[in-house]
Amino acid sequence: MRLADNYEKNGDLIVTTLYDYARRIANQVTVVKDQGRDWDQLIDDLVTSKYFGYPLMFLLLGVVFWITIVGANCPSQLLSDLFFWFEGQLTFVFQLVQAPEWLYGLLVLGVYRGLSWVVSVMLPPMAIFFPLFTLLEDLGYLPRVAFNLDHLFKRSGAHGKMSLTMSMGFGCNAAGVIAARIIESPRERLIAILTNNFVPCNGRFPGLIAMSSMFMAVGISMASSSLVSALVVASIVITGIMITLAISWLLSRTLLKGESSSFTLELPPYRKPQVITVLIRSFFDRTIFVLWRAVKVAAPAGALIWFLANITVGEYSFIAYLADFLDPLGRIMGLDGVILLAFILGLPANEIVIPIMVMTYLSEGAMIELDSLSAFRQLLLDQGWTWLTALNFMLFSLLHFPCGTTLLTIKKETGSKKWTILAAVLPTIVGIIVCTVIAWIVG
Amino acid sequence: MSDYLISLAGNPNTGKSTVFNRLTGLKQHTGNWPGKTVLQAWGFYRYQNEQYTLVDLPGTYSLLAHSPEEQVARDFICFGQPDATVVVVDATSLERNLNLVLQVLEITSQVVVCLNLVDEAKRKNIQVNAAKLGDELGVPVVETVARRGIGLKELQEQIHLLVHGKIKTNPLKIHYPPELENKISDLIKQLHYLPESLNKRWVALRLLEGDQSILRGIQEVTRLAFS
Repeated sequence: MRLADNYEKNGDLIVTTLYDYARRIANQVTVVKDQGRDWDQLIDDLVTSKYFGYPLMFLLLGVVFWITIVGANCPSQLLSDLFFWFEGQLTFVFQLVQAPEWLYGLLVLGVYRGLSWVVSVMLPPMAIFFPLFTLLEDLGYLPRVAFNLDHLFKRSGAHGKMSLTMSMGFGCNAAGVIAARIIESPRERLIAILTNNFVPCNGRFPGLIAMSSMFMAVGISMASSSLVSALVVASIVITGIMITLAISWLLSRTLLKGESSSFTLELPPYRKPQVITVLIRSFFDRTIFVLWRAVKVAAPAGALIWFLANITVGEYSFIAYLADFLDPLGRIMGLDGVILLAFILGLPANEIVIPIMVMTYLSEGAMIELDSLSAFRQLLLDQGWTWLTALNFMLFSLLHFPCGTTLLTIKKETGSKKWTILAAVLPTIVGIIVCTVIAWIVG
Repeated sequence: MSDYLISLAGNPNTGKSTVFNRLTGLKQHTGNWPGKTVLQAWGFYRYQNEQYTLVDLPGTYSLLAHSPEEQVARDFICFGQPDATVVVVDATSLERNLNLVLQVLEITSQVVVCLNLVDEAKRKNIQVNAAKLGDELGVPVVETVARRGIGLKELQEQIHLLVHGKIKTNPLKIHYPPELENKISDLIKQLHYLPESLNKRWVALRLLEGDQSILRGIQEVTRLAFS
């Protein structure tokens, strides 16, 4: 005891002496003139206030999605026009050299069409969403979000820093899993890793946005429809956060028992974002990076799908068998076999789930020109989609196993197969339950 | 093979990672939230035809090893044998930042202070007298606005002069109350077996605090020194 007491006394003496020195020197070399109004404090009082904190967060999230949806409309159309004009040229060239039918099907209808869909539908929303998100990050808003959410996390038995790892998850869940290193307690770090997948990463956002604008705001005027779509996407995100909290609560009372630890969170000063740098960096580091990843995976996937769709066993194509096999489960969940197949084949990267789905539908049905979002919508309607299918698609996109990269990262970070498997099984079960319940209620 | 090893320390959110990126040309995104640099990032730059390796340590408020970040930062400055340590300091909250500077100065005299965010300080009507700060601390102080690249050439120059022994630093010595100073000098006598590279006064202070984590690092260094 005596020794420990001594240690503590010495430690206190050391710290107080250091602090005295620091204060003395700082006072000697610093001159503070009239500081005027402290804007940082004023803004902080507002954005972290009891009453305005949450509404402001929701509003900001909604505005970001709204700008993304409205802004992405026009360039999306332009890009797909461009790509399908080029497809015409490609077709012309293939006909000119009298290329075999299968080569044309594989390269143009399989690979090229899949790719152009990925680029024209995903690029514009990403190019708008990422810079906006990065601006908020640069501004210093994220720690305020962490501050607001802290007591919710605490009550669910998780660590308050989890809102930061979740924010990283918006960019990429693998990055979010790595970011969980900032949480010191192994128990809370595991919770953060296991639940990170419940925030939609940027591979899933474009799909959410597209589904929302196609199905969730039909029959409303143009101006308000984009507003409704934005609110739907924001609600999906909020749903993800609520499920994160629920699962954390569950985990910290079963597999990962324990109290949440406290921590110091510094609210950094607001800084004027470096707009140009943000634009350039978020475009090249995130947008192009994600797109390239999608393209890299989507191209071979397009070829694979084309083969699966064109290799027939007996009367039906291989892909039809697979989809048929999954169909009963899909129907129960308010989806269909093709959608489930797309999610399963999309394991390497979430970016390619929709392209795979489109390619599978196309290979089954008539070859229509997918030259716009409305044509895309028509394709889905022809396959029997309703707003419920779209809603459950969005929910299952939010609630299913993480992509291959994220799973590998989880394996590396936890060093355990058991946790990795749980990280895949847990959200999938939640997704199946949620979709089934909703389909049951509505149906 | 690099000529010099420089470690970069600082409180969270002082623009440390921006300094790092600016110097090394790496394009890591620097987010405005604490705890981003959990692991050390490594980068390189050339100055006057010599290669410098820059190690970006986790942002910490102190080096008392209460958290993994603090331990990583402390172990590197103490046992990593860097040729110089740059401490990035936020000019808008000097007092809090100086705590870290003082702790670094207790470990090593090879220190350059990078007084960052002076533009922000100016906007807040805070004036820091860099020359006077340098006199007080006994090490070079360079004013910078890292995000606009201002002052970084001068920082490189000061690092260059320091590692070549062209500046002699005279780091501020912290005098503790007599009761503690007596214990320190008693303990230092018993630490004569420690290798030259370790600062005995600093080790004594940690031992007096009952810091266990330091022992492992010392064992490691001692083993290397004798083998």
